[in-house]
Amino acid sequence: MRFRETALPVLVVAAALAVLWYLAAIALNWQVVANTLARSGQHFGTWDILAGTLGYNRPLLPAPHQILDELWRSTVPLPVTSRRSLVLHGWITLEAALVGFGLGVAAGVLAAVAIVHIRALERSLMPWIIASQAIPVLALAPIVIVALGTLGLEGLLPKALIAAYLCFFPVAIAMTKGLNAPDLLARDLMRTYSASRAQVFWKLRVPSSLPFLFAGLKIAAAGAVVGAIVAELPTGAQAGLGARLLSGSYYGQTLQIWAALLAAAMLSATLVGLLAATERLVNRRMGVRA
Amino acid sequence: MTTALLAAIVAAGFAIAIHTAHAGGGPALWAGLVLLVGLSAWLVGRLAELGGGKSWRGRALALLAPLAFGAVALALWEALVVGFAVPMVLLPAPSAIAQRIAASSGLLLTDFVQTFIKAVLVGYALGGLFGFGVALLVDRLPFLRRGLLPVANLVSALPVIGIAPIAVMWFGFDWPSKAAVVVVMTFFPMLVNTLAGLAETGRLERDLMRSYAAGHVQTLWMLRLPAALPFIFTALKVNAPLALIGAIVAEFFGSPTQGMGFRITTEAAKLALDLVWAEIVVAAVAGTAFYGCVALVERAATFWHPSIRA
Repeated sequence: MRFRETALPVLVVAAALAVLWYLAAIALNWQVVANTLARSGQHFGTWDILAGTLGYNRPLLPAPHQILDELWRSTVPLPVTSRRSLVLHGWITLEAALVGFGLGVAAGVLAAVAIVHIRALERSLMPWIIASQAIPVLALAPIVIVALGTLGLEGLLPKALIAAYLCFFPVAIAMTKGLNAPDLLARDLMRTYSASRAQVFWKLRVPSSLPFLFAGLKIAAAGAVVGAIVAELPTGAQAGLGARLLSGSYYGQTLQIWAALLAAAMLSATLVGLLAATERLVNRRMGVRA
Repeated sequence: MTTALLAAIVAAGFAIAIHTAHAGGGPALWAGLVLLVGLSAWLVGRLAELGGGKSWRGRALALLAPLAFGAVALALWEALVVGFAVPMVLLPAPSAIAQRIAASSGLLLTDFVQTFIKAVLVGYALGGLFGFGVALLVDRLPFLRRGLLPVANLVSALPVIGIAPIAVMWFGFDWPSKAAVVVVMTFFPMLVNTLAGLAETGRLERDLMRSYAAGHVQTLWMLRLPAALPFIFTALKVNAPLALIGAIVAEFFGSPTQGMGFRITTEAAKLALDLVWAEIVVAAVAGTAFYGCVALVERAATFWHPSIRA
């Protein structure tokens, strides 16, 4: 029953998307493949074009099996130290994303704690943090890279900083909301227990902020991966998933782009999935009933 | 009254400090700045106690604290950057950025038109319309809804911006490829939010519509769409900065020789950081104004909603 309610529709939709994808690949690549075959001078039929559209090495839209094949070829048979290994590039991006995630989350939580406890900060800083949501912070990436580059800082740290400031805002906003979530009744109860400020913080505010924190963390994790990838673009970076996207784009290596994109998607989905699992674990420990 | 006096002292202090910094600085400047920061913290603390409530006067007074905070941050930035003679590559002074904006306004305008008017607005509108249309379709088929929603949630966590090189391959270097990226980025938030909004009406209201013998379209138009409006506006507000980010970053992957993202990357590579900051200021103003416009329309369209009336 559960399978029919939840998994089956997802599987059917995924299968339908795959079929659509194959049809689109055939339609989009048809003309290119037909032209190539015509130029080669050999005799060919419709069937040859059809086969060609799903196996062409520089397609407008590669078929899903081609992308999986490219992903396989650039991960499993290669040593991880190879410049063509997606494991290497993925790790470089993941490293920056994780360091940035740690920094950004720590800064965001600290800012939220300060905002909740210092009224002047809440009134003066919070509007700016909220307004900064409407600003394309990612556009600052080239500035951070160049400015830190002149200080001799290159590689991991600038990328991690960009990932960090993408993480900061969602975490700061969610955590402030969460720490302020306990209503007057609960706070009054703590007062009648003559709880100190620290006790109110650890026993009331922090537990009630966790659902908000996890919502913010999931947004931040996805943002960290995007930040690390985009940070690799402006310098024409040598390594990382962003660099793979960029070089694939320069040299028309469609399969390389799609494989890097898929790798980035898996990275991001894994991080968000891990956070969701942690959230469930924490919820169970805290006795939350779904 | 004390607050006004304090504000005047802080303003005058910063004016003198910035002037001294431009004239060469000295140890007195640093002592003065430390004192000024202390006074500013006091001032912001006092201003934060003002205002509140629902009256226009209260709201305006509540704006004073963040405004003062922003002004102090800007003045401190100017004084420190000029006083320490920070190289422009690291961080230009606000006055240098303002001069650059004034000097290159023509260039900034072309970039703004290329990126914002063409790529962002077109992509934003198309992405929102597609998301809304697909949501209406999916809403009629519960099976599709159960299957598509997890997929849409997954996609919204992915680095969608990575499709930019593919979009360039399909739609060329000019703005249509950037608009395509924006369409994909804005499609899923709109789809997910509209679906959530359409599920918002309760059994009771729908049964009432049934007892009036209202058809699907009538129920949709008179009951469910109005109830979904707050959710649709949430998506529109989320999408506004998303669209701007998408268009700018998509230009990092190749673009014609104009556009905000193009200018940011090429000028950053040439170390002309004042022009890069000028573009950032334009992007920030455009992003905030865009968001503000959507929020204003939301207030007008969903005036009945508790979150607006409160």
